[in-house]
Amino acid sequence: MTGWLQEFPTLDEASLRILKKAFDSGYRSFSRSYGDAIEGFFDPLLYFLVWFERFLLSTPWWAVILVVAGVCYVAGRSRKLSIFVAVSLFLIGYLGMWEDTMRTLAIIFVSTLIAIAIGIPVGIWMSRSDRVQSLITPVLDIMQTMPIFVYLIPVVMLFGLGKIPGLIAVVIYAVPPVIRLTNLGIRLVDKEVLEAADAFGTDTWRRLFDIQMPLALPNIMAGVNQTIMMALSMVVIASMIGVKGLGQPVLQAVTNQYFALGLFNGAAVVALAIVFDRITQSYGRRIQSSRQTS
Amino acid sequence: MTTASASNIEIHSLYKIFGDDPPSVMPLVRDGVDKQELLESHGHVLGLRDINLTVKPGGIQVVMGLSGCGKSTLVRHVNRLIDPTEGTVLVDGQDVLGLDQAALQHLRRHKVSMVFQRFALFPHRTILENVRYGLQMQGVARAECDTRAERWIERVGLSGYEASYPHQLSGGMQQRVGLARALATEAEILLMDEAFSALDPLIRTDMQTLLLELQRELNRTILFVTHDLEEAITLGDRIAILRDGEVVQNGDSQEIVLKPSDDYISNFTKNINRGRVIRVGSIMEPTQPRPQGQAGKDYSIPSEMLLEDALPRVVASPHDNAAVVDVKGKTVGAISVGRMVHALSGDRLTGAA
Repeated sequence: MTGWLQEFPTLDEASLRILKKAFDSGYRSFSRSYGDAIEGFFDPLLYFLVWFERFLLSTPWWAVILVVAGVCYVAGRSRKLSIFVAVSLFLIGYLGMWEDTMRTLAIIFVSTLIAIAIGIPVGIWMSRSDRVQSLITPVLDIMQTMPIFVYLIPVVMLFGLGKIPGLIAVVIYAVPPVIRLTNLGIRLVDKEVLEAADAFGTDTWRRLFDIQMPLALPNIMAGVNQTIMMALSMVVIASMIGVKGLGQPVLQAVTNQYFALGLFNGAAVVALAIVFDRITQSYGRRIQSSRQTS
Repeated sequence: MTTASASNIEIHSLYKIFGDDPPSVMPLVRDGVDKQELLESHGHVLGLRDINLTVKPGGIQVVMGLSGCGKSTLVRHVNRLIDPTEGTVLVDGQDVLGLDQAALQHLRRHKVSMVFQRFALFPHRTILENVRYGLQMQGVARAECDTRAERWIERVGLSGYEASYPHQLSGGMQQRVGLARALATEAEILLMDEAFSALDPLIRTDMQTLLLELQRELNRTILFVTHDLEEAITLGDRIAILRDGEVVQNGDSQEIVLKPSDDYISNFTKNINRGRVIRVGSIMEPTQPRPQGQAGKDYSIPSEMLLEDALPRVVASPHDNAAVVDVKGKTVGAISVGRMVHALSGDRLTGAA
């Protein structure tokens, strides 16, 4: 009778099995009946991703390098940085990783765009209400701490292997920083500046777009930067569910103990990360320098 | 320029209590519960209690008091940056508390503008963009915004800084921008919340001079909040002294200095240079006009002259008294050296007009 004092009171195995089964079959029937519709919903995204990947692959390599270095210069106004970016991209191509790098670039670019498109509005919404903030924060915590493989399962059940489940997994993993920092950035805007805006009869929308967003931009850019970094770190894991790019050779290297292959492709991911990081950071710094309150 | 249309502000029985449920403690507050007791036993902070204040058009009304007395809270009721717990605020006869969002925005864009203690400029906008902000809110066309903004930038002495950002300017210059931004909307009411308090003494004096200069020409209705009595006396046509959320005395500088209503105010005025505040007309004996010959033309002094300037002149005269004349040159009273010294020494004059 007092068995529960000695041993942990567990659900008996049969009921546990039924519970898990019910859960699984419930989700399976959901995915069977709505899977196609949901997949159809994401089709435009797939087309865009495929189109962008082809576009990158069909553009001559020197044009891609020029454009990336140019964007880098516009964002950061630093010649040294642009030259560094051009040289590392050239080296990546020279070592035979150009195609995989373009594929990775495509998925990172698209998933970052989606993360921004979702993250900034959600961040704004959070910043406007403490209740919303207290509801969304734990969700973000779960998204960031839940082992990635766990939410790969339902995504793969729903979509199978391929680009779209990979993209969704990357976005889920990468969107929290941009949400958090948009929320934080808006909340950190000087109360006195907002009071001044109110005193001059600013309406809610202009207050948001003329005052709050521009002043929160350095923080939002820091969030975008983090989001890109997290998306890049998802590349290898996403390759497990069929996303092509730099992740696949790494995965191959792990399973076959090809040290050099893993090292080269890993280094290419690092180079991409540095390129994205420096571009977004130097842009963030540049806008910040003209917006400081003294 | 805008004398005829200047607006006035009327505040009636205004109460502001901060806390979770202000209406619940209103009866206590009306019965005169102590501020300390309200906080300790009832968990509410008394902001303002039974404020009645009328600001006449075209004058500078100073609201003075120590920090925490509620002066900044009071001024924010005029453009309803803060909603009161109870009371009425009328701007030009219009009940500010009854306005809906759109009407309130209209009031803030066209009728009431504001200058802030810590400038509160928009750090991401240039000086020109800051100054034209209010005009943009009014919906004025861009080109006209710019010309008008540039005119105000010139008026406050900042020509050439149009393209600078606020953080590139010194504090005094930033507040000139704040002033230009507020004046540019041509709102008739100007709220200035400790506008010069964050500035160095010399710069502060400059800004006071600038404000008085502009005010002579513009004749706006200004509600000026400060904790500095000298500033209050320099600027204020009327000075309301606030203590623990209540108006202790409201009068012109002469009344505040010569007839302080209680010890709190006489303590305030103790350390000021009375010679630079008190005017001859405030302490003269309003005697029957004397025959012109007796006082002599040289020994008459204007009634608005400060004691600091009047005393040496009367001492240097053969008699130790002089006739006091008004702006039209008519003799209105007499003043003696003894009377002046008495006023300077700070003893209260009893029975003086």
